[in-house]
This record gives sequence, structure tokens and C-alpha cells, in this order.
Amino acid sequence: MPALEARNLTKHYGSRAAVQDVSFGVEAGQTLVLLGPSGCGKTTLLRMLNRLVEPDAGVVLVDGHDARSQPPELLRRGMGYVIQQVGLLPHYTVAENVAVVPQLLGHAPAAVAARTEELLRRLHLPPEQFAHQYPHQLSGGQQQRVGLARALAADPPIILLDEPFGALDPITRASIRREFRELPELRRKTMVLVTHDVAEAFELADQILLLDAGQVQQLGPPRELLLRPANNFVRRFFGADQLALQLRVLRLADVLDELPDANDFQTPSTTQSESNIIPSTASIHDTLEKFSHTPAPVSGEPTVWVQVSKSTLRPLTNATLMAAFGRALRRLKNV
Amino acid sequence: MAGGGKLRPCHVLRAAHFLYFTVNILTELFAFWQAQADKLGQQTLQHIGLTAASLLAGVVVGVPLGLLLTRRPRLAPWVLGGAGVLQTIPSIALLGFLIPVLGIGPGPAIVALFLYSLLPIVRNTLAGIQGVDGAVVDAARGLGLTDGQVLRRVELPLALPVLLAGIRTAAVINVGVATLAAYVAAGGLGEFIFGGIALNNPAMILAGAIPAAALALLFDGALAGLQHLRGRRLWAGRALLLALPLLAGLYLLPRAASKLLAGFSPEFVGRADGLPGLRQLYGLNPSSVVLAPALVYEAVRSGDVDLIDGYSTDGRIRAYDLRVLRDDQHAFPPYQAVPVVRRQALEAHPELAPALARLAGQLSDSVMTELNYRVDIRHETPRAVAHDFLRRRGLWRAPQPATGAVIRLGSKIFGEQYILAEMYAALIKGYTNLRVEAKTGLGGTSICADALRTGAIDLYPEYTGTGLLVVLQPPPAVLDSLGPDPVAVLAYVRREYRRRYNLEWLAPLGFNNTYALLMRRQQAEQLGIRTVSELSAHLR
Repeated sequence: MPALEARNLTKHYGSRAAVQDVSFGVEAGQTLVLLGPSGCGKTTLLRMLNRLVEPDAGVVLVDGHDARSQPPELLRRGMGYVIQQVGLLPHYTVAENVAVVPQLLGHAPAAVAARTEELLRRLHLPPEQFAHQYPHQLSGGQQQRVGLARALAADPPIILLDEPFGALDPITRASIRREFRELPELRRKTMVLVTHDVAEAFELADQILLLDAGQVQQLGPPRELLLRPANNFVRRFFGADQLALQLRVLRLADVLDELPDANDFQTPSTTQSESNIIPSTASIHDTLEKFSHTPAPVSGEPTVWVQVSKSTLRPLTNATLMAAFGRALRRLKNV
Repeated sequence: MAGGGKLRPCHVLRAAHFLYFTVNILTELFAFWQAQADKLGQQTLQHIGLTAASLLAGVVVGVPLGLLLTRRPRLAPWVLGGAGVLQTIPSIALLGFLIPVLGIGPGPAIVALFLYSLLPIVRNTLAGIQGVDGAVVDAARGLGLTDGQVLRRVELPLALPVLLAGIRTAAVINVGVATLAAYVAAGGLGEFIFGGIALNNPAMILAGAIPAAALALLFDGALAGLQHLRGRRLWAGRALLLALPLLAGLYLLPRAASKLLAGFSPEFVGRADGLPGLRQLYGLNPSSVVLAPALVYEAVRSGDVDLIDGYSTDGRIRAYDLRVLRDDQHAFPPYQAVPVVRRQALEAHPELAPALARLAGQLSDSVMTELNYRVDIRHETPRAVAHDFLRRRGLWRAPQPATGAVIRLGSKIFGEQYILAEMYAALIKGYTNLRVEAKTGLGGTSICADALRTGAIDLYPEYTGTGLLVVLQPPPAVLDSLGPDPVAVLAYVRREYRRRYNLEWLAPLGFNNTYALLMRRQQAEQLGIRTVSELSAHLR
């Protein structure tokens, strides 16, 4: 049973359909990214999940229960909510902002304080420095971290995020996104994230739901959308970033079979330094990065070693990797 | 520096004059405050009370109304438009509309002030809530705050500075408008101000205006202080809601009740020959309220007050069945009605004086009151009333063929004067062959007096007290020597008018249109009060 499910959600504003008959399910601990151009209805769709917008038709099921079976406030207290503009309460301190939901839920003050401190520390906002500051004293990135801490404070199983990194400059954005991805708190969460940034979607999604004009164009794992687009819109949407996305989506495991000869297997030994061994789950993109950091040997090209199994490594050069990548792409698209 | 920088003797003189004038007024002002310290305190408390009560009502109604508009924006243009229209009604007119419904006293004053405070409070509540960052509200709702919690914990605290600015505006407006409360017997610092205006006494105006201005600054400053409290903003709102009823309570404090409540016009309260004179001569000291001259008669008729000042020949005395208390110790100055005529006209037309003299002594106070009643209350024409009177007295004669010179008749701009002018016109036409040209409705005393002196008119009816105080303006020593004696006053104005202007005061008509104390006849009879002395004894 999906932790969060939407069935046939539809919303009209006047005669304009913002969302038309959209259905999806998100399994517990998975991340669904709602992707699409501006005005495609993705934010409306997200806001129907916590009933900030009531659908004209269709239902939202949380753990199999109709979301309308409880008052919207109670529903929302069980779902974290992060928005692009952050929306911290300007008259509350950082600590008070983080503590809003636990307090609404009636948690004990001591527990609330401990939880707040823990979250701030984990999000790199040392409480002794930040707890008593007001939002206007923080940078944009710091504010968004507080927003995230606020959404996580009551440890809700579901988190909804509406372009959470959209208002940040590219450098801050990349670093916060990395922190976000690596935050242990979020590993267990069921998340629905709205973005129009394709790279962000591919980085964070287990599933992507691509929307246009309120209608689902394709729903599936990122590589499926990329390699087997359901229609022209999907193809065009990823067209510009095709290669970059493919490099991110394909893993070494996908291309190993395409490597020319299989007789230079090696067992791990001390001849390879730790730094040039790479797991087979790494993306092609990350492997190429690795090449650029690996110094060339006295003769020949820089080589990295792929950990094929516990006991075997295979050597890779830039040239062999790119050749195998090309063959793998052709194979995957033709399946 | 050009030559303009030079100090000339005339500048010095002007500056010295200004300085003298200022020092003079300030001295008078402090003397006035000292003499009226208890009244000043009482009026200030009343003023604070009126402002706070109306402000409280404004907040209690205006803030929820503003909040309603944030939830129902479609109503906003209607409600704000309505409040805006209320704001444009001149305050004195608004009071006028409210008096028929609410009578006189604090009721209409507080309601009027409340209505004025609505617009800024409603508008700023709306603007304040609408000014709250939508993302903040959205995030708060998304976190699971209920609508009520969003309002209390997010919208209201964030809108509070703007909301308080609206209350501040309303408070300053109300402190100013509350001066008008003195017109409807609701007290406040307007009592001094309107008394000062009526008496043309700048020190007295300042005695009320300065504390009123200080109060406005005080309210403004206190609310500004609340507005700029950071952090726990809602405390500011709570403090305000707590403080306003306490301040409003001040209004109730200083009212001491006596057996009868008097309602006096501001001029009467301030004039030496008004209430202060009565106090001195009779020891009369009733608890009293001040209200607009136009309202005193209504106030006594409706029973809001029991005793008023008025004019002894006013038609409403008859219409409202009031009793004039006899001024048995002559506290009020004599205001005998007398025709004043140019000497040239009397000499050129010897037949004029006998014709005019036919009316001498014909009109008693009660007869004149009756005639005024027919014109002012029953709306008969002055001419019809005048002719009817002459017929009944056997003075009427049909007009003779008009062949002679023109006599120009003047009058001031109120009913009694019109009636007298019509009587003189009829007498001149009936008893001489002079022609008559009426120039009635000439405005106030000074206009009539000037017209007569320059020969623009030949005669008009005047009152001895007015001629003495407004036209001749003798030094205080002379006024003291004349006292309240009607004969002495008439003799003095007659002599001085002859000497200065070559004008003649003929024989008095008989009535004395002076200040009078009035009570409802029924109550006066019940209490057995006919004279001011009896009133004074009753109150003691």
C-alpha cells in the first residue's frame, strides 16, 4: 500500500483546468518529484495533498485513509511543508519557528527544546548562535534550513516541498541540495517535491511525474522518462539536457557488459590506492569526475578501477568508458 | 546681506507690541487656569473619558469589521465607502443628526466620535492583515495552524503596527472632535474653547485648546510607544484593550449631582453679566453642563436639563411652556428695546417722531414673546403679525398717499427685529405721508450701527445693553457706575450717542430682551420657584 496516493485529482479555476485527472502513489520512504514547466499545475497538485487546495474531484489517501476523514489542520500537522519563500514567522525566533508544530501537537516543552536544538545542529545552524535570532537576521540559505528544520520538527512521515531551493543562488542551492540529500532524517521520509529544474529532479527523485497543462505526461523512474519517453512533450522537455542527464542516470553497472575485453580482472591489492577505486553503482557522470581528479601514470591514460564484486576490480580509461556508454545507450533505447 | 537686514524703529515697535500682547495673554491664561483649576481638571478627565470610550467602541467594532472584510473582500468597497461618507459629514452636522435620536449628553458625543474613528480603524485593520506576507500565512496554514490560530498567532501580531497606526489616527481625530462635545452637554475641554469663542477671549480659548492639543500628543505618543514594542506584540493590543475602559471610566468620575441640572450656553457661562454675575449676586451655583445655544431650549423641554439661560422674549418660551424666573436683584444687564434715529431725519420730518412714539411702552416682555412665538414657531409672516398687533391695539391706520421723502428702515437679522421694522413701516405709512424703504436683515449690531451713522438707514430698533457694550464700549469704571439700572443705562447711551454720532434714542418700547433663567413651567410651579432668589434658596 502506498504511503501517499492520489486518485483522479481534478481542479478547475473558473473554466481553466489546473489539474486534470491525476493519479499516482508514493511508497513509504520514496521521493516523488512533480516536474513540469511553470503553470503546469504541479503546485496546485501538491497543495491538494495537504488540502490547502480542495480538489473538485478525486481523493487523496494517506496510509490508505481518505485525507478528508480528519480536519485539514490535523492532516497538515502530520505532513511537513516547505515552500520556496520559506515563510518563517518573522515575529518568532528561529527556535520558536522550529517549535511551532510540536507545540501545536502538545509535545512537552523540554522535548520540544531538545528536538529543536538537535535539528538546528544537524542543519549546521549551531543553536547557541542561531536559536534566538529572528528570520530577518539570516541569509536566504539559512532561512531555508530553518524552514526545513521546522518541517521536520515533529518527525512527520510525509514531507511536501514546493521548490524548496528555488529562491537560492546556484552555489548555495547546490550545497543545500547536497545536505538535503544526505540528511539521515530524510532517508526514511516519504516525500513529494515540486520543481521545474530537471537536474534537481533527476538528483532527488525515485519517481518523476511530468506534468503539462494539468495532465500527466509520464510517470516513472527518471531513467525511464529519459530513455523511453512516452510522447513528444517528454522528449522535448529533456531534449536540451539529454546528454548530461544520461550521464547521471546510467550507472557503471549498466555499461560493464559493453567493455571490450574481460580478461584484465584483478583482485584488490595494495597497488591500487583507495582513491581510484569506484563502486559499480556510481553514475557515469561521477566516474568522469573521478578521471579528472586522477593523475595520469607515467605511460598511458589515467585509469580508475571499478569494484565489480567484493573480490574483483576492472580497469577503466576515459576512452573505454565513453565507448561502452555509447553502446549501452543504443542497447537500452532499443529494448 | 542687503539693506533688508536693518532694524527699523517700526520693526522694534511691532515686535514690542507683539511681545506685550503675548505676555498679556499668557498672564491672563495662567490666571484663568488658576481660577478654574477644578473645572480644568474635570474637563480634562471628561475629555479623556470621551475619547477613550469612543476609541474603545471603535476598536471593538472596527477591528472585527476589518477582519470580516479580509475574509469577505467583496464587502470592502461598501463598508469602507460607508465609513468614508461618515467621515465627510461635518462633525457639528453629525451631532445635529444624532440629537433627535439620542438627545443631548455623552450619548451623541460618543456615538459621533465612534463613527469618526471607524474609518481609520477598519481601513488599517484591513490594510494591516492584507499587508502580511502571503507566504507566511500559507506556510502557517501548511504547518497545520487552524484559521483562528493563523489569525491570532500570525496575522494579528504582524498587522498590529498598521492596526495601531489606525487607532492612533482615530485617537488624534477624536481628541480634536471631542471638543465639540461641549455643544451637546457632554463636557470636555470644548467648554472653555466655545466660551472663549463666544466671548472673543483668546486666553479662554487657549485655556481649553492647549490642554486639548497636549492630550492629542499624549494619546499619539502613548500609542506610538505601543506600536514600536518589538517582540511580544500582542501584549500591546491587550494593554490597549485594558487601558481604554479604565480611561473611559474617568468620564463618570467627576459628576456631582445637585437637585436641578442646569444647561448653559458657553457665552453665558463665561460672561461677567451671565453666570458669574448670578453667582456673585444670588450665590447661585447649580451643577451645570455646557451646550450649544441652539440646543438649550430643546434640552430643557425634553427634561435633559431643568434650568437654562435664554432670552426673555424668545418665542420658544411660549412654545415650550417655560417660565422666566424674575431677576429680582437685577443681575442681568438691561437690554431695553428702543428705536434709534438719525437727528437729521427727525429734524427734517417733524411728523416722524410722533408716529414712532405711538409704539412706545406698548410691548411688554410677554407680549413680545407671544409675537416672536407666532413668527419663529408658527411661521406667520412678520408683516401679518405686526399688522394684527397694531389693529388689536387700535394703532392701525390705512396707508396715506405717499408723497414725501423716503425714510429708510433697518433691522438686524432675526424675527423680533423684522416684526418691529414692519410695525414702524406701518405706523410711518399710516400717520405720515413719508415713503418707507425697508433695509431689513442687515446682519449684526455693528453693521446696523455703521449703516445708521453713515446715513445708509435712518432708524432701526436697538437694545440699550448692546448699544452700551458693543457700540460705545465704555471703560470698566463707567460700567460699574451704571450697574444694572435700566434708567441709568438708557440715559448714558442717549447722551453718548447724541454727543458722538448725532443719533437719538427715543422712548423704550417696553420690553427688555435680556438674559433670563428659564425652567419648565410645570416643574417651577411644583417647586414654587418664581424668582432667581427662590431658585437659589431651593438649591441651597
